[in-house]
Amino acid sequence: MPKTRALESQGVPGWIQAMPFGLVFGAFFVLPLVFVVIVSFWDYNDYEMLPAFTTRSYTESFEGCLAQLPDLCTMLATYLSTAKFCLIVWALTLAIGFTVAYFLAFYVRSTTTQMVLFLVCTIPFWTSNVIRMISWIPLLGRNGLVNQLLMSTHLVHAPVEWLLYSQFSVALAFVHLFTFFMVAPIFNSMMRIDRRLIEAAYDSGASAWQMLTNVIIPLSKPGIAIGSIFVVTIVMGDYITFSVMGGGQIASAGKIIATRLNALQFPPAAASAVILLCATMVIIGVLNRIVDIRKEL
Amino acid sequence: MSNKHTKRGAGVSRRSLLKGAAGLAGVAAGATAVTGFPAVWAAEEKVLRYLGTAVNQSDDITKKVKADTGITIQNIVATTDDVTKRVATQPNSFDILDTEYFSLKKLVPSGNILAMDAKKIKEFDNITPIFTKGQLPNGKVIGDQGTAPKKVMFLEGEHSTKFSKTPTQWVTLIPTVYNADTLGIRPDLIKRPINSWAELLNPEFKGKAAILDIPSIGIMDAAMVVEATGQYKYPDKGNMTKPEIDMTMKVLTEAKKAGQFRAFWKDFNESVNLMASGETVIQSMWSPAVTAVRTKGIPCIFQPLKEGYRSWASGFCLSKGVTSKQSEWAYEFVNWYLSGWAGAYLNRQGYYAAVLSTAKANMEPYEWAYWMEGKPAEKDIKAPDGSLLEKAGASRDGGSYDDRMGSVACWNAVMDENDYMVRKWNEFIAA
Repeated sequence: MPKTRALESQGVPGWIQAMPFGLVFGAFFVLPLVFVVIVSFWDYNDYEMLPAFTTRSYTESFEGCLAQLPDLCTMLATYLSTAKFCLIVWALTLAIGFTVAYFLAFYVRSTTTQMVLFLVCTIPFWTSNVIRMISWIPLLGRNGLVNQLLMSTHLVHAPVEWLLYSQFSVALAFVHLFTFFMVAPIFNSMMRIDRRLIEAAYDSGASAWQMLTNVIIPLSKPGIAIGSIFVVTIVMGDYITFSVMGGGQIASAGKIIATRLNALQFPPAAASAVILLCATMVIIGVLNRIVDIRKEL
Repeated sequence: MSNKHTKRGAGVSRRSLLKGAAGLAGVAAGATAVTGFPAVWAAEEKVLRYLGTAVNQSDDITKKVKADTGITIQNIVATTDDVTKRVATQPNSFDILDTEYFSLKKLVPSGNILAMDAKKIKEFDNITPIFTKGQLPNGKVIGDQGTAPKKVMFLEGEHSTKFSKTPTQWVTLIPTVYNADTLGIRPDLIKRPINSWAELLNPEFKGKAAILDIPSIGIMDAAMVVEATGQYKYPDKGNMTKPEIDMTMKVLTEAKKAGQFRAFWKDFNESVNLMASGETVIQSMWSPAVTAVRTKGIPCIFQPLKEGYRSWASGFCLSKGVTSKQSEWAYEFVNWYLSGWAGAYLNRQGYYAAVLSTAKANMEPYEWAYWMEGKPAEKDIKAPDGSLLEKAGASRDGGSYDDRMGSVACWNAVMDENDYMVRKWNEFIAA
């Protein structure tokens, strides 16, 4: 096999090395995505897709969005609600995730303890996220543990209803499920911060707060950005958490797609998926503007 | 693939790896060809892949079929929506299909299912006339709003995709099981009689009501409420016009905004948990779910209401992909199904069997009296698995077969304006 040997003697070119992953990526991501985009422009009836070009799925998805103003159409109301959850969950996971990562990176001295504690953070991931989510239900329900506690301590006289099947429970589940996605990249960024910079700041008389805002946060930016991308994209595309914790009453982009799919209406489901993809890409684009992740890594 | 790690072999194995990846990509591109169920079995072994919604797919039935006929049933369980999706997109992934009559408006035009030949069904003439004529065995005509089975039971010809108004030899679905649905309530928490669908949206139960998160069924329950409160009388609740859909969704939306609903449930267990935990006290429900709540020792009633029941039915047909052998086994299986054992099994769960005479022959007289005649139980009533359902003296909610099926007001349906309705449902969820 002289050819192989020739290849090896020069080192295998980069594009061949990248090929296996490229093929997997192409076959299982790009190609299906292309199909989704194509199908979103097809027509449909009760039982099949009709391969004829139409923008019906899009026009009907945005039905009334201009005409109904200032009332919100389905699409705007759904995305506004999803965006609100994105913001809440992002802010909370960031605050908690940053704090945990900060503690791990700067307060825990030994690397072994650091690694052990970091692994402890991953323990919840040993069970499926659906189970972690569902475990909240007996806790938060009308006759759940939290309400029993509140009632028995006479803090409230009637069960608190908004604990479950509410915006609160959805946000709670998201924060519980996804904070670790913030912790990991931020911790990673913090571990790469040159400790001498912190010493220098300390020697120059910086207060703890100044050190945090002027040194640590700027240098953790790539981690924060990556964590934010994880959390935002998951919340944007989530369907099951909204469904289970919101009692099916809270709209999400994923839910719109699911309802359409269940009715065998694939083209409008595909159109909704494309719209969701565009919305998510816009958010990530904005994040990328704020932090140039590639430069920072 | 060989796994040699010699220097020389590495290039080869890498190249064949690429080939493998390319082959995989090719398979993915032709995804319709992948059924996920390799059709490999010995020539003599009788195997049927049975796609259904788990209502009547149980291990007990599978074992009994095997013992009686030698047919191995491979259950493929999915939700009603997923069953429909699967029939539309992967007709070769099953041999025999068990689905609901209202799905037929979507399934039959797709051409992916085969009608069954009534002449090959031994008990066909004994199938309850609810299916063939829309009336009880005693002749009483029952409600036929929505997709009543009689409207979609027969095709004009073997390969026709048109429903026949009169009985023919070609049957879309051979009925297996059906029931009349109503509201489930918690009598211990409501503490007063409930007798109308209007109570579902009664502000008294604010934050304690639930409906199904299945648009076509949820909207019909809402329509029952609208009629019960006297706001409007639908010509056909199961086939609304756009203005009727708008009006009905407006009623639902106002109730949702006022906080009437605790949750919308999507599967059986969710409905059981909502009711058992006291999150809801009144909700749209299924009969075995009520039983499940009761077996936890929690009072729950499948409440008969004066406006009547919303009914559903399901049945068997074949995939267009079956071989003549498989088709033969499928007929054998369907004939076994109607021969009584399965019918009795279903009756004991609170459903109804399609052929009543054979089911009766397989039940004890006291069981028949309790489940079908609405009489107080002479002995303790047990579920098919032997667990205690009701103590002696209890009688069934809603009474006898004739009382319950005779009060059917409408059937689960797919509307002509289904597409519009689904859009409106998403709007309702977002409201």
